[in-house]
Amino acid sequence: MTIKDISKTFFAKLAKFQKNTKTSVRDPDSLNVNVRNYAKNKDNGPIVFMKGITCRFGNLIANQNITFDLKKGEIHALLGENGAGKTTLTSLLYGLYQPESGEIYVKGQHAVIRSPSDAINLGIAMVHQHFLLTLAHSVTENIIVGLKSTKGIFLNLDKAEEKILQISKKYGLKIDPKSTVGNLSVGEQQRVEIIKGLYRDVDILILDEPTGMLTPMEEKALFEALRSMVNQGLSIIFITHKLREVMEVSNRITVLRGGNVVGIVKTSETSEDELARMMVGRTVSVNQISQGSISKTTPPTVLEIKNVSALGNSNVLFLKDIRLDLRKGEILGIAGVDGNGQNELAEVIAGLRKVKYGEISMDGRSIANLSPRQIRELGLSYVPEDCLHTGLILEYSIIENLVLDRWYTKPYSNKLFLNKTEMMKFADKIIADFEIKIIELNAPVSSMSGGNLQKIVLGRELSRDSKVLIVHNPTRGLDIGATEYIHKQLIKQKENGVGVLLLSLDLDEILTVSDRIGVIYEGKIIKIVEKQNTDIDQIGLLMGGKAIKT
Amino acid sequence: MVDLVFTVSIIASGIRLSTPVIFAALGETIVERSGVVNLGIEGMMLMGAFGGFIGTFFTGSIFVGLLFAISGPIMMAILMAFLSVNLRTNQLVAGLAIWLLGTGLTALLYRLIFGVATISPKINEISPIGLPILSQIPVIGSILFSYDPIVYLAFLLVPLVHIFLFKTNLGLKIRTVGENPRQADASGVNVYRIRYLALIIGGALAGLGGSCFTLVSTGSFLENITAGQGWIALAMVIFGRWKPFYAVIGALIFGMVDSFQIGLQSIGTAIPTQFLLMLPYILPIIIMAGTYKRSYAPAALAVPYRRGER
Repeated sequence: MTIKDISKTFFAKLAKFQKNTKTSVRDPDSLNVNVRNYAKNKDNGPIVFMKGITCRFGNLIANQNITFDLKKGEIHALLGENGAGKTTLTSLLYGLYQPESGEIYVKGQHAVIRSPSDAINLGIAMVHQHFLLTLAHSVTENIIVGLKSTKGIFLNLDKAEEKILQISKKYGLKIDPKSTVGNLSVGEQQRVEIIKGLYRDVDILILDEPTGMLTPMEEKALFEALRSMVNQGLSIIFITHKLREVMEVSNRITVLRGGNVVGIVKTSETSEDELARMMVGRTVSVNQISQGSISKTTPPTVLEIKNVSALGNSNVLFLKDIRLDLRKGEILGIAGVDGNGQNELAEVIAGLRKVKYGEISMDGRSIANLSPRQIRELGLSYVPEDCLHTGLILEYSIIENLVLDRWYTKPYSNKLFLNKTEMMKFADKIIADFEIKIIELNAPVSSMSGGNLQKIVLGRELSRDSKVLIVHNPTRGLDIGATEYIHKQLIKQKENGVGVLLLSLDLDEILTVSDRIGVIYEGKIIKIVEKQNTDIDQIGLLMGGKAIKT
Repeated sequence: MVDLVFTVSIIASGIRLSTPVIFAALGETIVERSGVVNLGIEGMMLMGAFGGFIGTFFTGSIFVGLLFAISGPIMMAILMAFLSVNLRTNQLVAGLAIWLLGTGLTALLYRLIFGVATISPKINEISPIGLPILSQIPVIGSILFSYDPIVYLAFLLVPLVHIFLFKTNLGLKIRTVGENPRQADASGVNVYRIRYLALIIGGALAGLGGSCFTLVSTGSFLENITAGQGWIALAMVIFGRWKPFYAVIGALIFGMVDSFQIGLQSIGTAIPTQFLLMLPYILPIIIMAGTYKRSYAPAALAVPYRRGER
């Protein structure tokens, strides 16, 4: 899935909204005032000023006549859905692409930024959503590699470590320069990325969706560090699509939609509702998916996991003594920081990983260490985290992908031949049911957008007659509309009596759709609670391995 | 006493026999650390053996021979780099092509130059140099510390390559390119240039390794004289977990086993020689099967890099 793919679907969708709502949002005419002000006082002007920026990828307009300014010492949020043009705009500032038209001024000087090293020389650093780190190397090695200022043949790690510790202390970014990056948590790795920028003496920092994989506590620490940075004179561009974060951390907000600026507001003068409206162009129901009434009798268990332990990828015991029961017609959300055993848990249930000790039974039948096909035939559906590689064969067509789990059964096959007509019929039905946008039935699915790929997997898995459904990060990287759609599908499954096990890194998602919430930490389910009896703070503490205060 | 002499001489000849593998494995360690698998190493060694022979034969100078020995493989390395870095062809396929090129080209050139002679042309081999003082030790000294200079060079290179990879700025760049080329690129490291450089160093070292066959042990060139030791070197890099010191341990084991089976042949045993000859090649397979772990490999090994691709 590429940025292009995501944006393509979005622009199609959003073009409609733009027409209807262009007049209703705050008038971008005020931008002209900015331009005039900027011309007047260059010294107190913005530290970054982007004027009339247009950027196209083929026919796709990613940024259209955008004007953006960043003041010294502020956190300026760029808010918008996937494909709104946030990342494109900042990538232009960071020299990853060139704008088709428009001008960029940095610190009052007209700047042509051709590459990231140009940007760094101008004092601009960017922390990408997906970190660019070498896991096998130490923190220090990651930070100093390729540095222009390191003269001489030999590495001077001691001096570098000293400087890293200085930066770490100055901004409250706790890190051990000697540790291997692969052993660090996501939050710590992010700190390494930020320090990498600061080490190069930048004063403008671009953060692209920085909170995506952090625990609530790590998020708090990050926000504190960011505040300390702006207090000490740095300026920060904060890209996000999460309203709550914007309200919490930013000073000003520029809202983008479909490649256009739809408004620039001060955080103190706006509300989540207003921002959501600007961002999507219509009223959205945030966190308001209807929940069925909870019945008083406990429904029967469809999946029971008893004291299961399993090895991790490095052949050490990783899942430890997992105990879990999934009931008919409920959504059990499993929250946790990435890499605490979510993947291993899903794989153990699906038969992709061996059960070392313990017992798993589905609807009363033991399924531990059966083959994946046997388990699926007994009533399991599985939407894996990594849809692109585990859930789909990218080189195959949509039809082939949809019948991946049933091509060998009637009516798709007799003993000798495949029945293409039946496959086609089935594919047509799923495509219609799940509103999958296709260009060519027989083309490899690799050309499709992320949202549509996710729908293919969902379509295949939900069309099974299953008792248990495991979904792992089903909405990662999807926009609000697609997320809403997938959540509705999950609730529909639950209402049909399927037990749904939702493994997700997105705590908001878990709190929105689950009936019960479990927390996984270092390969153990440390707590399962009813949703009504908990809140985000408690779950957050549990995710960080803290015992609950009672 | 006789036993001692026998043992020491087996060790001494084992060290000598492992020298080509040490050179090639050190070179390949650098290459693989940059994220490229060079399967053409056997071909490059052959080219080195041939170049060393030709250079020395026509000029009488070992120094010119060594220069020839590294220049051929360096050109092959540049070709390999062009195929695998610029054109992004499958590195395994490109490497096999380089291997076949080396095998074919050396055989062809040898016949073009010397025709099909009944007595193969010879050069004067490099003569052993005794290390001062150490070579004076009775029994051991004369055998263990009286090698050809090229053997000393191989062992000197081991810590040098280690320092190069792990203690220098350039070494860090090479390792980062092999682990995460995107990060390297974003940090201002030229991924292509680094991979070219690593391949060129690897080619030169493979050439030096190959030259041991003609300049040190035999004094003449034969088709396929390297006898698959490039492949052994490749295995030793993996066995050595991409670390120079460990790779050398592997190479030494190979040399010792080889020397041992030659010793056995010379004193005569009931085991057929074919089996003895197999021994040094079977051992690496057994070692590999027991020790291979993907997790030690550079993360971007054998993955072509393209800018801006996810």
